Amino acid sequence: MHIPDGFLDPKVWGPAYGVSAGFTGYALYKVREKMNEKVIPLLGITAAFIFAAQMLNFPVAGGTSGHFLGALLACTLLGPLEGLLVMVIVLLVQCLFFADGGLTALGANIFNMGIIGGLLSYAILVYLKSLLSKVVEERKSLLISAAASSWLGVVLAAAACSFELWLAGTIPLSIAFPAMVSVHMLIGIGEAIITTVVLAVVTLSRPDLVHAYSGPKLEVAVQEVR
Amino acid sequence: MEKISNFIKQNKGLIIFLSLGLIVSVLLGVFVSPWASSSPDGLEKVAEDKGFLKKAEETEPAWKHSPIPDYALKGVKNEKVSTGLAGLIGVLITLVAGIVISLVIWLLRRPSERSRPGHET
Repeated sequence: MHIPDGFLDPKVWGPAYGVSAGFTGYALYKVREKMNEKVIPLLGITAAFIFAAQMLNFPVAGGTSGHFLGALLACTLLGPLEGLLVMVIVLLVQCLFFADGGLTALGANIFNMGIIGGLLSYAILVYLKSLLSKVVEERKSLLISAAASSWLGVVLAAAACSFELWLAGTIPLSIAFPAMVSVHMLIGIGEAIITTVVLAVVTLSRPDLVHAYSGPKLEVAVQEVR
Repeated sequence: MEKISNFIKQNKGLIIFLSLGLIVSVLLGVFVSPWASSSPDGLEKVAEDKGFLKKAEETEPAWKHSPIPDYALKGVKNEKVSTGLAGLIGVLITLVAGIVISLVIWLLRRPSERSRPGHET
């Protein structure tokens, strides 16, 4: 879903840069308060994993492929603002080193994949998890919410992308929206599977490294006090 | 240096876990990515079908200095090797970028606050 140069015009990519720069600046400022020795390598490795996973295009229907975004995964593991920074790093590296996504469209790509696919879908995860936690145990509610919100994140990012293409006068919304949303409803299934599997593994092996998972963290804290 | 060796001693589990994460990322980037689907992705396919892909093809890229455009390392004839090497380079660049950026953020904290656990919810 990386928008290249030429699809958007300045009246769309300009404001998109503004919004993305604002969120990224805020994230840099807020993350400073929470940064510690353990987060530093974790953030780097999450970025590296997402870069690698984004290379793995899987085929979906009709000669189309899709790839993992990882924005919701990063937000769930590290916290939403840290997750946004991871996505900014990945998108910046892809744009500058690999010509994947245009430099003019970078703001829009951060907006679609980092802010909509990351922050917004993480807010949805938190809400879903709080509802589900009343019915099922926390780990299950996290995994179910992650599956649903990561799928939704990809679909919403595609919807945002089609709005931008429409605003830029590239293609009518009535054509872009159904085409983008329908193909990303399929791609989102891959996103949900990868996100859920990674979170299932990490919540089992290192539950303390999952920001959105609180249960066992309390036990660890108690042990540390003793 | 003593601080670092203490940190390593206290966080053996974390270091093993992170190393495994890095190994998985390198393996995916180097050995799996050459076999990824080369079909156009969702947006590209829509652009092709709806006839606006030419808007990108006719536009000069705003940044012309990407050393490895389209994940293909120049000068390497074998396509699979070329993609795998691009994957390795990309994984290392994102790893270093992530660590350097968070290290700078960390150094901007007041020294007294640096090891305060603040990341937990």
